[in-house]
Amino acid sequence: MTTTAPQAGKPGRAKRGNVIGNTGLYVAVGIAALLFLVPFYLILRNALSTDPEITGENWKLLPSFQWGNIGELFDDTTVDFGRAMWNSTVIAVSMTVGTLLICSLAGYGLARIPYKHANKVFYAVLATLMVPTAVTFVPSFVLVSSLGWVDTYRGLIIPGLFSGFTCFLFRQYFLGFPRELEEAARVDGLGYWGAYWRIVVPNSLNFFAAIATITFISGWNAFLWPLVIGQDPGSWTVQVALSSYMTNQTVNFHLIFMATAISILPLVFVFLFLQRWLVQGIAQTGIKG
Amino acid sequence: MSTTTTRGVSRPAPAKAQRARPRRALRGSPTFNFWLFTGPFLIGLVIFVFVPIGWSIWLSFFDARFTVTPSKFIGFDNYTSMLENSNFTGSLVTFTVFAALIVPLTWALSLGLALLVHRLRFMRAFFRSVFFLPTAVSYVAAALIWKMSVFTGVRFGLMNTVLGWFGVDNIAYLSDPNPPWYWLVIVTVRLWLQAGFYMILFLAALQNIPPELYEAAAIDGARPGWQTFRYITLPQLRATSTAVILLLLIAAYQAFDEFFNIITTRATWGQTPLMVLYKTALGENQDYGAGSAGAVILTLLICVVTLFQGKIMGFGRGEESQ
Repeated sequence: MTTTAPQAGKPGRAKRGNVIGNTGLYVAVGIAALLFLVPFYLILRNALSTDPEITGENWKLLPSFQWGNIGELFDDTTVDFGRAMWNSTVIAVSMTVGTLLICSLAGYGLARIPYKHANKVFYAVLATLMVPTAVTFVPSFVLVSSLGWVDTYRGLIIPGLFSGFTCFLFRQYFLGFPRELEEAARVDGLGYWGAYWRIVVPNSLNFFAAIATITFISGWNAFLWPLVIGQDPGSWTVQVALSSYMTNQTVNFHLIFMATAISILPLVFVFLFLQRWLVQGIAQTGIKG
Repeated sequence: MSTTTTRGVSRPAPAKAQRARPRRALRGSPTFNFWLFTGPFLIGLVIFVFVPIGWSIWLSFFDARFTVTPSKFIGFDNYTSMLENSNFTGSLVTFTVFAALIVPLTWALSLGLALLVHRLRFMRAFFRSVFFLPTAVSYVAAALIWKMSVFTGVRFGLMNTVLGWFGVDNIAYLSDPNPPWYWLVIVTVRLWLQAGFYMILFLAALQNIPPELYEAAAIDGARPGWQTFRYITLPQLRATSTAVILLLLIAAYQAFDEFFNIITTRATWGQTPLMVLYKTALGENQDYGAGSAGAVILTLLICVVTLFQGKIMGFGRGEESQ
């Protein structure tokens, strides 16, 4: 694929004459884009079809637009999808707010407050990055179940708030925050706490938005932890509910795909509106992290 | 319920702050402020990260079936039984095959997409969004599309429909591990989900390559295309490539969602390490001792792999790119 790109990576204005090369480039990108969009097409097509249309012998390009599938999904009693959507909303929003608050404060403390043992504390945080979070789900489950938090929002949300990685990202970010701004605030008589809330946070909203977007998406899409903790169907998240459709005995294709479409919808909105921050955040953090 | 819990977590910090306000000395004290800022996080980190890890290491030396407060010390028996367990060793083989497929493929595809998008002058943001959009989709949703629509073993699946146009018979992708068609399903789903994310990393790195390098190369007679790519673009991307490969490897190691939903834990093949841990600790036997031993082994392995890869590929030698 890389060989189809003559002048690879040459920035700035390219020569006007290279029409053939440009056409080839746009054809290649166009085909790749179509392939990437196929799964989205499949979700929408199947979500708005009837089962016989989905499983029919001949491929139907367009669905018959069964908008009633939406109502049927939320009326369906085998899986309480509305409840799952609510659970996921509560969890993703609380995780985003909580993580931002806790990890940004800690990141700032580690980056900017001259405490003599700050480095030792930072190494302790770094050490947790060596242990992949997914691998610790067994011990975490052990702890959470002995606290009696199985099937509760507490158990689903709180253990995920203390992300060493997010704290690390905030620390790296605050290390690069212009010191003069804070010093001016200190001269004006603000303590660390006041300077943080009045000067540092208002001037870091782009970075907060980026981390918020990433946290929200990963909270909404998380599967292993909600699967382990949400054992009662009343505490299922959207992802666990979707997973349960795949193992159900009765398969209602149109409902399953409608559920998938609705589960993706909030994220596509978040994504489209916050993409600028997301791209910035990934470009900044991914490389530095 | 959620409101009370989240409030419970966030309350300590503001409360302390109000107490601190009248005392001028405390307000400026670095020690006090350090703990004020980092305290809530560190307390949580100790309770929800360090305690479980420590507890887990302790459990791994006990006969802890159906209990998390065992009394029967059995030394390294959990470790030996895990290492002799063919499901566990088999899962390490599954991971190795998976990593050997997904790491280079994602690297190549995301770099290729980045090179293409980087050269666009019209509709660049549009195409970048299209490739990046799958990042918003969960592994479960994608697994569902792949399993029930793209790679369905019968005629109405998209792949078999397309093959049918060329007169090829239906392929049962997921019911039979021989031939291992399931790798096609598993690898393509992850490729679709993550290629756009890594493309963003490569795009950012491409934008940081100084244009003078290409100008200098052109003066030296390097032909645009393969030569400049091989001798300028690729070396300039070395730091990003290393980071991408490491991230891909760690992600592959923790693969669970798509395997769990596409292959399921009932299958005897295609089980990843996390699936085996899940079955051991939370399945019928609820063997927390063996599950913890497995978690310790996996953590040690990933540390070794990370350090090893860092050594080979020169992780942290970022100054080379300057």
